[in-house]
Order: sequence, then C-alpha cells, then structure tokens
Amino acid sequence: MGISILKRKVGVEKQMDDFLDQVSESGLLFKQGAEAYLKGNNEAFEKKLEQIADTEHKGDALRRSLEEQLYTKTLIPESRGDVLELLENMDSLLDRFKGALWQFDIERPEINPEYHEDFKELINYVVEAVEAIVRSCRAFFKEIDTVADHMHKVIYWETESDKISTRVQRAIFRNEELALCHRTQLRDFVRNIDNIADRAEDVADRLSIYVIKRSL
Amino acid sequence: MFAFFLSSGLFLGWSLGANDASNVFGTAVGSRMLRFRTAAIYCSIFVIIGAVISGAGASHTLGKLGSVNAVAGAFIVAFAAAMSVYLMTLARCPVSTSQAIVGAIIGWNLFSGSLTDYNSLTKIVVTWMACPVLSAFIAVVLYKLIVFCIKRSKIHMFKLDGMTRYGLLLAGVFGSYSLGANNIANVMGVFVPVSPFSDISIFGVFNLTSAQQLFFIGGVAIAVGVFTYSKRVMMTVGEGIIDLAPVAAFVAVWSHSIVLLLFSSQGLEAFLIRHGLPSIPLVPVSSSQAIVGAVIGMGLLKGGKGIRWRVVGGITCGWIATPIIAALTSFICLFFLQNVFQQKTYRPVNYIITIEAMERVRSIGISTEKLNDLFGKDFSTAAGFKKALSEHVTLTPDEQDVIMTSAEIDEMDVTKDRISEISLGWFTEEQKKALHELEGRVFIHKWQLNEALAEISPQWRFRENDKDYNKNLQNKLSHIYRFFRYETGY
Repeated sequence: MGISILKRKVGVEKQMDDFLDQVSESGLLFKQGAEAYLKGNNEAFEKKLEQIADTEHKGDALRRSLEEQLYTKTLIPESRGDVLELLENMDSLLDRFKGALWQFDIERPEINPEYHEDFKELINYVVEAVEAIVRSCRAFFKEIDTVADHMHKVIYWETESDKISTRVQRAIFRNEELALCHRTQLRDFVRNIDNIADRAEDVADRLSIYVIKRSL
Repeated sequence: MFAFFLSSGLFLGWSLGANDASNVFGTAVGSRMLRFRTAAIYCSIFVIIGAVISGAGASHTLGKLGSVNAVAGAFIVAFAAAMSVYLMTLARCPVSTSQAIVGAIIGWNLFSGSLTDYNSLTKIVVTWMACPVLSAFIAVVLYKLIVFCIKRSKIHMFKLDGMTRYGLLLAGVFGSYSLGANNIANVMGVFVPVSPFSDISIFGVFNLTSAQQLFFIGGVAIAVGVFTYSKRVMMTVGEGIIDLAPVAAFVAVWSHSIVLLLFSSQGLEAFLIRHGLPSIPLVPVSSSQAIVGAVIGMGLLKGGKGIRWRVVGGITCGWIATPIIAALTSFICLFFLQNVFQQKTYRPVNYIITIEAMERVRSIGISTEKLNDLFGKDFSTAAGFKKALSEHVTLTPDEQDVIMTSAEIDEMDVTKDRISEISLGWFTEEQKKALHELEGRVFIHKWQLNEALAEISPQWRFRENDKDYNKNLQNKLSHIYRFFRYETGY
C-alpha cells in the first residue's frame, strides 16, 4: 500500500504539471496561429487550429482525471475545493484560446494591415498574462511564497493589453473607410482576445485567496 | 463470578478505547487526512498488538488498581473509572483515563479507610497545568521548524500531502501501540491472578500465556470502544477546538508524542544521567492533556482567533470533573455493594506497633519514646492509626511513612506449596534460591519478608540511583506477597 500511495502522488503531480503545460501551450499555439492568419499563411493557420483542438482535448482529459483523483483518493482535503476551482478556471483560459482561434477560422475577418502590429502586440500581452498565471499556479503547488511575484506580472500584462485594446478599438471606430459592420466585427475580435487577459486576472485574484488560506 | 468481575474491566477497556483513541488519531481524522474507518482499523490492530506483546512485560504488575486489595473492590473501582470516562465521552471531552482510575481509587480509599497518597493528587493537579503548557510550547517550536523545512525544500503540495498522511498514520500507529501497552495493565491487570485461562500454544511456535489471553480480550474491548464510539471525541480534538490544517495536525500529534516521551520516560532519564548529561525533570503527563495542549498551541500560533474557547472551557471542566465523578461513583457503589450485596470490597489492613516494628523504627533513628503509649494497640484502618499517631507525636511526613509501613500487619506464610504456585520465570536463579531458603518461615510484617530476602541475597536489595531496577524489584515483591498472604482473598 505504502509504495502505491507515493507512486500515485507522483502521478498526480505529473498530471498537474502536464495540465499546466497544455494551458501554456494553448497560448503559444494561439499566438502562432493568429500570426499565421495575419500573414495569410493558410496552411500554417490550419495546422495550429488542429493542434490547439488537440491540446484542448488533452487538457480536458487531464483536468477530469485530476478532479476525479482529488475526490476519490481524498487528496489535499483542506485545499481540494480550491484546487478544483483553479483547475476549472485554468481550463477555461485554454478553452478561450481555442475559441478565439476558431473564431478566426469561422468568420475569416478582414484585418487591415495597419492594425496588424497592434493585433500582434495585443496577442503577445495576453499570452504573457496567461504565461504569468501558469507560473503562479506552478508556484502555488511547489513554492507558495513566490506566487505573489508571478501574480504581479499577470496584473501588469492585463493592464497593458487593456491599453492596447482601447487604442485599437478607438482607431477602428475612427476609420471612416470601414463599414460599421466591419468595425463591430473587428471590435469583437479585439474584445474577445482582451477578455482572455481579464479572465487571467480574475484567476489571479482567486489564487491570491487560496494562497492566504494555505499559508503555513 | 470471574466473568462478572471481568465485565467492569471490559467496560473500562471499552471507554478507554472510545476516549483515548482521539489522542492518537483525533487530529488525523479531524483534518480529514484519514478516514475514520481507516484510523479505527489501524488503531484497533495496534492496540491489541501492544496489549498482548508489550503489556506482557507489565503482566506481573497490577496496574494502578493493584492497590485495591479485594477483587469486588477492584470491580467497582474499574466500573467507576469507566463510568466517568464514558460520561466524558458522551460530552465529547478528551479526558485522562489514568486520572479517572486514580479518582476512583481515592473513592475506595475513603471508603475503606486507607490512606490516599496525596502525591498522586498533586500530580493530577500539576498535570492539568504543566502538561498542556509544555505540549503547546513544543508544538509551536516544532511547527516553526517544520514550516521552515517545508519552505526550504520546496515540496510539491501533493507530495507534502502524502508525507503528512504517512506521518499522521505513523504517529497514530505508534501511539496506538503504546496506548495498548501502557493501559492494558489498568484494564486487565487486576484480573491476572484470578484468570481461569491456561497457557495455549499455537502450532508450537507462539505461546500465549494466560495473562496474554486476558490482555487480548482487554485489547479487543479497547478496539470495540475505538470502533463504536471514538469518533465523537476525535472530532473534538481534530476540529472542535480549531480547524486544523493537515500540517498542524501532524505537528500536534507528534508534539504530543514528544511530550510523553521526554517527560515520562524513565529510560531517557536514566540514559541522560548515565552519560553525565543534565536530565529532564519528570513531569507527570497525560496524553489527552498533551494533545489538547498541542492543538491549542497551534491555534495560539495563528493568533488565537480561531480557537473556540467554549470547547476549551468544556474540556478543562471535564478534566476537573473526571476524577471527582470517579471518586463519588466509586464511593457510592462500594457502599451499595458492601451493604446491600454483602460483598467484601476491601481486605482490612490492621496496624499494630509490635516489638519488631518498634525495633525497626528505632534502628532508623526515630525516637520511639512517645510511641510507647500506642504499643500493642490494634488499629483497624490506616486512617485511624494515622490519627492516633498525630495525636501522640509530631512527625515529618517521611517519619510517619516509616512508622506506618513498620506497623502494617500483613501476615505472610512462606510454604513450599505457595512457592510452587508462583510463576518463577521472572526471577533470577539467586532470587529463587533465596525464596526457597525461607520455606517454613512466617512473617507478621511485609518489611520483614523484604529484609529476610535482602539478607540472603543482594539481588533482593534495593539499589541507590537505579529507579528501573528498584521499580522492577518492588513489582516482584508485590507479586510474591499475593501468594504468601495468609488468606489469599486475591
């Protein structure tokens, strides 16, 4: 019995790491996919689309398995609920990246080259915010004292992406050449992407509470 | 009749299991690190193993109830102790079973006119205060240390979870083992001399003595108590006082073990003295009080806001109430048993200052002039003799002790038959030889037998500064008294 418990623990730890890898990977795939779309590289875009769907599947499977183990094996009884919530929130970030990339495929928006740089910058900041929350999560499990350092960066990147998002939206709506429907479509895309950073910040806020609860 | 008397021992075992399992597994179950069922299974198994294997070492001793000199009296004393522990269990209050037993014995002392050793009373009161404080202090230090280590080693949350769980299980298992080993003498010891069991051999490999069989039954009674009724008290310890986090639960249970080890281990004291190290003063400790102290210590470390003081107050009242309830129950039940059911609840011990007693007192260097008035008078109770003594002479407590033991009448008849009844495996060859040399002698006082034995062999002499040896020798002497006494009502 003894050894099996330890093995199981190692298994859970590894799964948790894998799951966070998937979240982080989805951000990178989204970034590459969106850049390919902006470049008009359809082949690369399709490939990233496939990959991100795959990542999301893996993430879901890992999340389910982790949740099940947390409850059936009665692991970490005092933080079980918090970890469960954290898992779901992180998974929702992954879903949003996937959803946003698929949105590009579904709607095929026409993005004027003058906005390309802004879009890239926005995507960059959002991905940074998510990377920071992934690092915070890893720290939460291994080195709880350093969580605050990482969480601070989530907030920073979220503010930065807000700034860009406002700037781009303003530029889009000031552009007389675009039809109103085109403007609203682009605005939705910008908002959609920016929302991911907002969501990451929400997760960070929850995480800071979990940290207080677990602090020794 | 044996089965009837045994029933109160089993009741005591049951209530001990229901109450004291919380000391070892309460924090683990309360913090939800172990399921109650898992904890109960481990606890039961190790309590029984501890009782049968290590309890056997103490099988020649009668436990605390040994001072009760008639089996019907022992029945009531065990019953009264069990009753008060049971009532406290109903109130979800972790209490000390030993203190309940001491309380019940005090009830018997009052009833039978025996003297109460005020030392044991002071001990209880000191334990109430010293033990939780020490335990809380050790818990705080240990917690700080462990937190430092956890932070330094960057352990993953799940690995920490697994390690904590193992730590809790390990502490629980060791705790259960020593719970069984230390308490079985109190539960069953009194019945060993009257056990109807004979030794059985299992496949010629294991040999279960009759005492071990009795201890096994006692162990099972404790285990049944753990399974049926211990959850209530476990929850008080594990989540009633404060909501314990697993690491804090782990620290609490280990600091309770450390307190028990440091402040009650004569072995450790002897080791320190032998190696010329400063020894730790032995403070009387109770495991219930240690665990409650440790849990409160954890709460205070977190600022004390999370502590439910109402629960703590209730527990403290329970500590004070336990010996008192036990003493009252014991006294009242003894009265009924003696007067209504005509059972002999104690063997009267007479005191006479005989020539030999006078001689002994004088040789120790106490003036006997004023004792002449009392010479040859027969006192039927210890209390009566003590009163008469204090009316005639002013004595220091030590001098009084000497006179009391010197005058205590305990007629011993050393016959061949009786020597053959004693299981002599426990004695050395030289000790056995000394016993046989005394064949045919009759003694009026206990100390005469001691002196006669000591004269024949140095192995029957007490040694200076060797507590363990002396305690063992005292146990051996108490053991043989029971066989040589004129009327072996025991």
